[in-house]
Amino acid sequence: MDSLDLSRWQFGITTVYHFIFVPITIGLSALVAGLQTAWVRTGKEHYLRATKFWGKLFLINFAIGVVTGIVQEFQFGMNWSNYSRFVGDVFGAPLAMEGLLAFFLESTFLGLWIFGWDRLPKRLHLATIWTASIGTMLSAYFILAANSWMQHPVGWRMGAGRAELTSIGAVLTNSTTLVTFPHTLTACFLTAGALLLAVSAWHLRRRNQEEVFRPSLRLGAWVVLIAGIGVLISGDLQARVMTEQQPMKMAAAEALYENTESASFSVFTVGSLDGREEVWSVRIPSLLSFMATGDPSGEVEGINDLQAEYQEKYGEGDYTPIVPVTYWSFRLMIGFGGLAMLVALAALWANRGGRRATGRWLWIAGISTVAMPLLANSFGWIFTEMGRQPWTVFGLFRTGESGSPAVSTGEAATGLIVLTLLYGVLAVIEIGLFLKYARAGAPDIPAVDEAEDRPLAFAY
Amino acid sequence: MELTTVWFALIAVLWAGYFLLEGFDFGVGILLPFVGTDERSRRLAINTIGPVWDGNEVWLLVAGGATFAAFPEWYATLFSGFFLPLLLILVALIVRGVAFEYRGKRDGVAWRKRWDLAIFVGSLVPAILWGVAFGNILRGVPIDAQHEYAGGFIGLLNPYALLGGLTTLALFTLHGAVFLALKTDGPMRVQAGRIAETLALVAVPVAAGFLIWTGITHTDGWGVTLSAAAAIALVSAIPLTRARREGWAFAATGATLLLAVAALFVTLFPDVMPSTLDPAHSLTVHNASSTPYTLRVMTWVAVFFTPLVLLYQGWTYWVFRKRLKLSDIPG
Ligand code: HDD
Ligand code: HEM
Ligand code: HEM
Repeated sequence: MDSLDLSRWQFGITTVYHFIFVPITIGLSALVAGLQTAWVRTGKEHYLRATKFWGKLFLINFAIGVVTGIVQEFQFGMNWSNYSRFVGDVFGAPLAMEGLLAFFLESTFLGLWIFGWDRLPKRLHLATIWTASIGTMLSAYFILAANSWMQHPVGWRMGAGRAELTSIGAVLTNSTTLVTFPHTLTACFLTAGALLLAVSAWHLRRRNQEEVFRPSLRLGAWVVLIAGIGVLISGDLQARVMTEQQPMKMAAAEALYENTESASFSVFTVGSLDGREEVWSVRIPSLLSFMATGDPSGEVEGINDLQAEYQEKYGEGDYTPIVPVTYWSFRLMIGFGGLAMLVALAALWANRGGRRATGRWLWIAGISTVAMPLLANSFGWIFTEMGRQPWTVFGLFRTGESGSPAVSTGEAATGLIVLTLLYGVLAVIEIGLFLKYARAGAPDIPAVDEAEDRPLAFAY
Repeated sequence: MELTTVWFALIAVLWAGYFLLEGFDFGVGILLPFVGTDERSRRLAINTIGPVWDGNEVWLLVAGGATFAAFPEWYATLFSGFFLPLLLILVALIVRGVAFEYRGKRDGVAWRKRWDLAIFVGSLVPAILWGVAFGNILRGVPIDAQHEYAGGFIGLLNPYALLGGLTTLALFTLHGAVFLALKTDGPMRVQAGRIAETLALVAVPVAAGFLIWTGITHTDGWGVTLSAAAAIALVSAIPLTRARREGWAFAATGATLLLAVAALFVTLFPDVMPSTLDPAHSLTVHNASSTPYTLRVMTWVAVFFTPLVLLYQGWTYWVFRKRLKLSDIPG
């Protein structure tokens, strides 16, 4: 492996890892803010207990999201210096805006929220968590605008050996961003909803604190369903935009080698790994054509034709991503998300009215929903990024020329090993803490102590 | 003024803000083993920076992002060239950030000891390495015609840069001690004040050594003037700490850091990374910058949003203005 391959592994590992925590931060900050709002408006204590409980889990998660984000901000320069030189004029702008508009907001107002419980008036304190939550969404918007530019470059021209920005408006309203943002945001809510559902199911199965966890279970399940529908609708739109902009990615998602009209979507295939030969498959007629073009009889371009077309346009080379990866990651994204929605539906049905689910398997399914959207998210990104290969900026700049000439193989290996080990250790610690606080249940709220000299409610 | 100059100045402002703010929370982290004699006093020290350290760190992230946007060549050469020291800084910032959040989340002496160590090392390493990095930038590093860093890792560990590292270490630790004295009441206030007095006696000669060395190699009028002002601010911190005028002492150490960063950037200008191989290979505000359009866009963004950030970060400091004392910490 050379420095470039090592850097690719590092980028993939660190970014997928970052995106385990980020969706929980984005979704859960808004849900916690919602619960706190319910408490402020109704004064019901179980809302306050729920706020504190989910807020604690949120903070345990947030810590890792923040520290892994620092690596993201620096590794473009460290491992991808040629890429940074080529795109900096365009790509740097949304990244810098993310820092100035989003990270400051997030981190400052979360500090106020954590430490402000007994120092800020109730409503002002509530406003701090909402502001932090808006910060996390802004953060997603700007970084997705940056990423969308890599998928579909707009608002630029070729300068002296680099891409130069001609319209910031075009970059921030890229058609790709406009479909990617809702898809990712709804996926984040789906993720947070599943977390609420799963932890609540664990407690309800043991009949712990039903007054706190029944409402949380229902909230979680509804969020999964509603956000899930949003994910499906936006995903469908995204598939169409993607087919237009990166037809090869759609062809690779289905392992479709020849141009086909009324193309079917295979739910599952047994055959050779690259999908050239098929032994057995389950197919839904015309679905691929519908996803790609919006018309069940539309024509979907195949890998072979696109490969020939790209060779003509961009010169000799292999323009096909790794087909088994794109094929399966696309299915696993949809599959795991769909599974979470099914469990949410079952949980709502089994607990409808005042009922209480009894089936052991349903509870186990409920608890395991926590992992499903996390997997779906990871596979979604693996599909998006690996489906774009061999390009870092589609049609413009190749992954092969993106690396850092100044970074030796030894240095790149050190980076990969150190970060992977560190992230591994952090994962063990964070999961341990998360389980500890999830199991402990919602805290009791002590009677208000009005004494001037009482100890402050510290977080650290 | 040319836009490239404006952005050079803005990046200086971001680094100055970073050193001013995260400088003291690095200092508090480094002093943790010395002022924290028991669990309660350690918590007291950590809670003085609890609400603000993450917001302080964002100054670094924005400095990084702004460099990417305004001077992509600088961002690319610097970060890929200083790969290993930056990796070390990242690891330090990671364990430190997690430590603040996690140390109190479990009881157990071993658990907390380990995180306290993480806070100490995680604060110490960047406090030194930022100085080493800027020392090297100022001194110049081998950069070839392709703008690639051509030196090794060992080349970064030269005496001048290492003295730079000691300087930031001394200044941040002093700044942190003064901050602790300012933000606490009771025994810790007294103890931090005493530590600050001692540290000032170390910081003055170290910083003076670095300044004189810089003055000899770089005879830049403005740079020397600003350095002298930084030195005056630093020296004035000594009597102010002695007199227990913590607010003023903090203003003095803060001014030292701001003036020192200003001196550094002024001395550097118009280079951003001078090359020791051939001055023609140096990165400058002109050959490292983005296009005028991008700079114009980013200028508008900065003009609108920087004051807003200053406003709400300032408000946070006001909300948490009260001095903390041991009895505030739940037993
Ligand atoms: C819970 C998570 C989840 C679920 C259930 C789905 N997705 Fe998704 N999908 C993501 C989470 C996600 C993601 C991780 O958030 C991605 C990665 C990049 C992005 O924009 O969102 C993604 C990417 C992504 C892309 C790639 C876009 C590109 O490369 O430009 C497409 C075409 C779809 N999705 C389409 C769908 C469809 C048609 C779905 C269901 C019918 C679907 N997704 C369900
Ligand atoms: C958080 C969600 C993201 C995930 C999970 C993700 C995942 C990945 C993965 C798995 C790779 C490796 C692909 C390969 O080498 O074959 C990769 C590459 C890359 N991604 Fe992403 N990515 C994400 C977001 C982004 C964003 C937002 C950007 C830009 C702002 C970005 C920029 C890149 C770059 C520069 C590479 C390196 C070139 C390459 O090897 O493809 N990614 N990413
Ligand atoms: C590869 C590109 C990425 C970079 C450079 C990056 C950078 C960062 C940085 C520096 C932080 C820490 C901020 C702080 O200290 O408060 C952070 C956190 C965060 N990032 Fe990323 N990030 C990337 C990918 C993503 C993606 C794809 C999303 C969302 C779609 C995202 C959303 C967030 C959010 C919401 C936070 C808040 C903190 C948390 O989650 O714990 N990031 N990111």
